[in-house]
Amino acid sequence: MREIYLDNNATTKVDERVFEEMRPYFCELYGNPSSMHFFGGQVQKKVDEARARVASLLGALPDEIVFTACGTESDNAAIRSALEVFPEKRHIITSRVEHPAVLTQCRNLTKRGYRVTELNVDGNGQLDLNELEKALDDDTAIVSLMYANNETGVIFPIEEAARIVKKKGAIFHTDAVQAVGKIQLNMAESAIDMLSISGHKLHAPKGVGVLYVRRGTPFRPFLVGGHQERGRRAGTENTASIIAMGKACQLAEQYMADEAGRVRELRDRLERELTALIPNTRINGGGTDRLPNTLSIAMEFVEGEGILLLLSDKGICASSGSACTSGSLEPSHVLRAMGVPFTCAHGSIRFSLSRFTTDDDIDAVIKELPPIISRLREMSPFGREYLVQK
Amino acid sequence: MWDYTDKVKEHFLNPRNVGEITDADAVGEVGSLACGDALKLFIKLDENKERIVDAKFQTFGCGSAIASSSALTEMVKGKTLDEALEITNQQIADFLGGLPEEKMHCSVMGQEALEAAIAKYRGVEAPAHGHGHDHVETEGELVCKCFGLTDVFLKKVIASNKLHTAEQVTHFTKAGGACGGCIPKIKELIAEVMGEEKKAAAEKPSKLTNLRKMQLIQETLENEVRPQLWADGGDLELIDIDGSTVQVAFRKACAGCASSGYTAKFVEQKLRELVSSDITVQEVQG
Repeated sequence: MREIYLDNNATTKVDERVFEEMRPYFCELYGNPSSMHFFGGQVQKKVDEARARVASLLGALPDEIVFTACGTESDNAAIRSALEVFPEKRHIITSRVEHPAVLTQCRNLTKRGYRVTELNVDGNGQLDLNELEKALDDDTAIVSLMYANNETGVIFPIEEAARIVKKKGAIFHTDAVQAVGKIQLNMAESAIDMLSISGHKLHAPKGVGVLYVRRGTPFRPFLVGGHQERGRRAGTENTASIIAMGKACQLAEQYMADEAGRVRELRDRLERELTALIPNTRINGGGTDRLPNTLSIAMEFVEGEGILLLLSDKGICASSGSACTSGSLEPSHVLRAMGVPFTCAHGSIRFSLSRFTTDDDIDAVIKELPPIISRLREMSPFGREYLVQK
Repeated sequence: MWDYTDKVKEHFLNPRNVGEITDADAVGEVGSLACGDALKLFIKLDENKERIVDAKFQTFGCGSAIASSSALTEMVKGKTLDEALEITNQQIADFLGGLPEEKMHCSVMGQEALEAAIAKYRGVEAPAHGHGHDHVETEGELVCKCFGLTDVFLKKVIASNKLHTAEQVTHFTKAGGACGGCIPKIKELIAEVMGEEKKAAAEKPSKLTNLRKMQLIQETLENEVRPQLWADGGDLELIDIDGSTVQVAFRKACAGCASSGYTAKFVEQKLRELVSSDITVQEVQG
């Protein structure tokens, strides 16, 4: 059975060019970049090259790049740093649709006396910047808002948000794990103070991330010990993965120039065809700016896990916003925050494409999904009462 | 991905008895779209109205909900209504070679639908569960408002499945799985059903030395009281302990707060609950 992988917002395949770049740094060039001898020095040069490549993708300076273990560490480090920088401030602003790496941390901080404002989103999953402006006060230490949503692909107006926040003197962080490598960012012209990236979302391996820290932004390290990363993240560097991250960022620059349009066309075709073939669907976040690779489609009167299992039986890998896939009992917090009705939230499926997605992959979903939905609706006590099957 | 048994997968991919029986003798419905799963069970009896000769289902739900429904329809065929009523949710799960604990509520839903169908056929009141906002009049006190579950139903599931934690109750019934507001009540029900109430009460020390009492007061303030005050931007400081009188001074948002009298009462209640029932809390300017 051919595997059709359309779950790239969960994780991506390591690009073989990335793997080739990192391969020598396990058994041959295994020196410690902190060592004084030539053997470590050659690794240090390669780490510096990776830093420059990441900086280039972001339009940043190499010394603004801090390598971490993952996106979650980057998010955690950014928020904790801001709270240490402003010990007298006790207020954090975030949104209701953040990734748990931000949301769980913020909610945990309320138990330590911090006040957290979670901004609402509208039916399209979009922020209201007036609400952000009103929530800001002199007690706000940090505002952390995601660049693009992992479930719906909805892109927040992050630059405008950052400018509003900077006027109030708080630190602005964005979790850009889903955005980097998919849409163009330019830190040189940005008001963002800190930005998180995860390697495995852009064809580097799992276990490496980046925290961009703008020059001049006060910073307190999360991990302390040695002097690595200019004292901003102690611990011997994960050199092979850092080198992979550098290569992945270099390839992402090329991808955005050459191929991102093709992926957007594939996504749009998938959306168009599924909407035409399956009655009673809606596109979550369809009325606002979205990542070009993400499609979150809600299908009424069916439940997401059933859809995923039947798709998986056909070799198609996707993801769901349903409760039953996660063991929780409420459907996705993102869809609930958007006010997506229960009839749709339980039956929402996310397809996320990558540079490796082909026309054939999209054809397969267009062929297989409509009969799966018909079959589940036939089985459902609700569907038949409301639906006119095509 | 869930670790489903081959039999669960088989019944999900090739469910038996899908559909409806237009001239069914009994129909039972539980669940709702909001809950994320629902089951409509149709039962047909033989000419003498003794044994079940056919059963069909319509299910909205996940893989294990569909598999549980399929299993249930297979299990009831050939049984009398009384025999069918003896089927437990655990037997449905066993028929499928087991279900992940997080999915046990799917087997409970099958048992509920069966009970509802037979009750309706016999013209008696539907069993007390209220699962899924299906507007059935239910007996007992509503515990989980999100999923519409009563104490009578929860106590039954706790007892028949020997559940010991609130998390297990959530896995089996969904109660407490949304807002979580009913979890303290679920714990009370578990204590009541499993006879642990007395044991829990016995955990509060009956006789304390002065030193131990002071230690317990400090621990309770640090672990149980202050985190709640911090959450509202407030704080308190322990000033003195004199016998059973505890003097505290409120800080930050709690200082000068119009509701500080209530806060002092809350502190006193916590200390009485966890340390000793004779404690009095005094607010002082420290």
